[in-house]
Amino acid sequence: MLTIESLSAGYGEAQVLREVSLNVTEGEVVTLVGRNGAGKTTLLRCLMGLHRQQTGRIEFLGRDLGRIPTHHRARSGLGWVPDDRGIYATLSVTEHLTLARPTGPDPWPLSRIYDTFPVLHERRRFPGTRLSGGEQQMLAMARVLRMGARMLVCDEPTEGLAPLLVQRIGDIIRDVKAHGHTVLLVEQNVHFAASVADRHYLLAEGGIAEELDNTEVRRRESELLAYLGI
Amino acid sequence: MVNVIQQLFNGLVGGGFLALLALGLAVIFGMLRVVNFAHGAFYMLGAFGAYLLLTEAGVNFWLALLVVPAALAVVGMALERAFVHRLTQLDPLYNFLLTFGITLILQDLIKVRYGNQSQPYSRPALLDGSVNLGLFQYPSYQVFVLGFAIVLCLLVWLLLTRTRVGMIVRAATERPELTRSLGVDVGRWVTPVFGFGIGLAALAGVLAAPMRAVHPMMGSDLIITVFAVVVIGGLGSIFGSVVAGFGIGMAQAVGNLYVPALSQTLVFILMAVVLLWRPTGLFGREGVLT
Ligand SMILES: Nc1ncnc2c1ncn2[C@@H]1O[C@H](COP(=O)(O)OP(=O)(O)OP(=O)(O)O)[C@@H](O)[C@H]1O
Ligand SMILES: [Mg+2]
Repeated sequence: MLTIESLSAGYGEAQVLREVSLNVTEGEVVTLVGRNGAGKTTLLRCLMGLHRQQTGRIEFLGRDLGRIPTHHRARSGLGWVPDDRGIYATLSVTEHLTLARPTGPDPWPLSRIYDTFPVLHERRRFPGTRLSGGEQQMLAMARVLRMGARMLVCDEPTEGLAPLLVQRIGDIIRDVKAHGHTVLLVEQNVHFAASVADRHYLLAEGGIAEELDNTEVRRRESELLAYLGI
Repeated sequence: MVNVIQQLFNGLVGGGFLALLALGLAVIFGMLRVVNFAHGAFYMLGAFGAYLLLTEAGVNFWLALLVVPAALAVVGMALERAFVHRLTQLDPLYNFLLTFGITLILQDLIKVRYGNQSQPYSRPALLDGSVNLGLFQYPSYQVFVLGFAIVLCLLVWLLLTRTRVGMIVRAATERPELTRSLGVDVGRWVTPVFGFGIGLAALAGVLAAPMRAVHPMMGSDLIITVFAVVVIGGLGSIFGSVVAGFGIGMAQAVGNLYVPALSQTLVFILMAVVLLWRPTGLFGREGVLT
């Protein structure tokens, strides 16, 4: 579904990504783990067309994203859930859910969103930034499901959330996967990653250092945590 | 006392102009991150547009109130397409150079034809008299201007808060990149929003023609106050622009009564005080509209 080949990017002189290659198959949940500053967010921003890639090729649903502008990437089914959750102060919860026009074969109707996230229905008239951190995270995910994203691209969704909410996010990701969506997940919490994902890429020194499956992640959990500096 | 109330009323009328101009500046800044120094020139063109239509084609005030803002909005959109949109990747200095340059060109084009003189424009017949406001008589036209300005500000407010376009403008003002990443073609709305802001300035100009001197420099005299209004209200804050517009209008009018010597500087003293107290202005939040 998503193929990234030899992607390089950086900021001015500083090279952050060097020839990164990875792929995600339809229906999979794949995580990208890596230290702080490894370039995970940069990679996702390249995927959304928000950061210029120096070399490489990104293909999504058989289409080369090359010069495709950001809003067309979103409409083609990439649902970005940014690391700061991307919640507006001047939009109500309902407006967050209706800002993007639904596209693609399977946009969630509002009723389904509110069934899945009752708290968003309760708070539907609140300005987005009045929600708690966990509620904002749910809103950011609900928003791209409403839009009809076929692949959720989540940047550290559990960061800063209480354990109970981390579990809730895990449930949502499993639920979303069960409904046929694909997820690319940036995660530092390898324990959480192993509980929701099928495969893992370890990003180090600007490239993919390793590809791991769940049993390996569980076996090497303490080693990985030490490496990630947690 | 009656004197003060009457002066406050004058201030409200003047504040209506400030609010309309500040409103346009605020939406343009929100959507384009461009401070439009040419805003005053379009206010002036609005007044001259009405004057020109009347003298050359016999078009009356009411029709001019429709036609002139629409025509100048189109001119504004053309300017945005041709020049202003290039500013986004450039140093803010170019923002000043371009829009100030446009101001000088527009002013001089008018001067070539009309010199440095005021042109007369009479009030529409319907509003020639005066009305009794209880405490004093007041020109009907001024009452109309105040009511019209208030209704317009309300309409713009509704447009921004209750419509889909308004939602997109709010979202794009707050987080342009995020908004694009949600599938919204933000670029499509930039030109219309610029035209809309220019249209509001032109409308204020047409409204000004019958009660203020129609003069090539009328815009540059006013625009400095308008910038102070925008800063006091909070850069990018629509609500703040309107409130500060009417507020500064009244403050200036009362100031004129008690300390006429300060009439030109009062607004800047207020601006300094507000900025010391709230660096983002009265209603400004970082990067937020409304
Ligand atoms: N706007 C920027 N300008 C210059 N350098 C940047 C910019 N954004 C990020 N960087 C640098 O690029 C590198 C990768 O940053 P990035 O945010 O992609 O890392 P990350 O893996 O997402 O980290 P984190 O786990 O902290 O979110 C870092 O060294 C960072 O300092
Ligand atoms: Mg990051």
